[in-house]
Amino acid sequence: MASKEASRTPAWSRLEPEGRSPPQNTYSVLLPTYNERENLPLIVWLLVKSFSESGFNYEIIIIDDGSPDGTRDVAEQLEKIYGSDKILLRPREKKLGLGTAYIHGMKHATGNYIIIMDADLSHHPKFIPEFIRKQKEGNFDIVSGTRYKGNGGVYGWDLKRKIISRGANFITQILLRPGASDLTGSFRLYKKEVLQKLIEKCVSKGYVFQMEMIVRARQLNYTIGEVPISFVDRVYGESKLGGNEIVSFLKGLLTLFATT
Amino acid sequence: MTKLAQWLWGLALLGSAWAALNVGALGLELPAPCRDVLWPLPAYLLVAAGCYALGTVGYRVATFHDCEDAARELQNQIQEARADLSRRGLRF
Repeated sequence: MASKEASRTPAWSRLEPEGRSPPQNTYSVLLPTYNERENLPLIVWLLVKSFSESGFNYEIIIIDDGSPDGTRDVAEQLEKIYGSDKILLRPREKKLGLGTAYIHGMKHATGNYIIIMDADLSHHPKFIPEFIRKQKEGNFDIVSGTRYKGNGGVYGWDLKRKIISRGANFITQILLRPGASDLTGSFRLYKKEVLQKLIEKCVSKGYVFQMEMIVRARQLNYTIGEVPISFVDRVYGESKLGGNEIVSFLKGLLTLFATT
Repeated sequence: MTKLAQWLWGLALLGSAWAALNVGALGLELPAPCRDVLWPLPAYLLVAAGCYALGTVGYRVATFHDCEDAARELQNQIQEARADLSRRGLRF
């Protein structure tokens, strides 16, 4: 099988023509999951496919927060299929928030770059090689996927959802001038030490957490590159954007406006 | 300085310049036609900013890409992934 072959061949041997990439670059993908039994095998399969084709060194760290639907069982099967050097299981007892999931995952990450993404298939791994190329291009500290630029976009959003998204993004750009076009997206590549520093600084939760990461990054003078991505809204499971999300988003936005 | 402070400073600066010109402080006496324009200027600017915001958001909503191809590609790959994973012994 192609993926097995690729994982045996040292990734750097195929990168040599580019010359600039040191052989030790490894990309750790952090996948926080909660009730993603349906999606997890698919996202892992797509990740393995993407990395095998591009030849970069990688590992996938699954941080399951005690899902009652058996996500962990599926994750263990995947570990057997793809090997425990590629799939690392670092479960936690209960649901404990995204920021701590990243900290928890990073503790076990051997990569010098960290990729964070959603496990619900809204973020497609095919963009990861583009993230990596972009990062090398400008030696960026962060590369952020963006739905709002170039060929970026969404699938499965109605008009109302688009208006809210564009409106919220517009207000955020005006108030925070963050230097990145997609603040609430969570498909990003970080240098490991940069992510560590940022998580230490961030206090908010949910949507606002992703936004705060970028705002803090700007404060700390980190550089941000952007790659247009297509965002395909949840295929399985329910997408969540209710009144509560909007209120907490606005609260978070104003907090950042007044404090950063 | 926080973003809030930057905004407050900016508004205070523009506001005091506007007020100074209106009352003719610092010996700045504007000709009458200018003063007629100056007095309602903040209201005009507010309306213009509102129009700009609505126009921009409207345009961006209208040009928001619908990634039909990406969705189709994903659906196909999901079928492929399921088949491949079952072959490797994964119990869904």
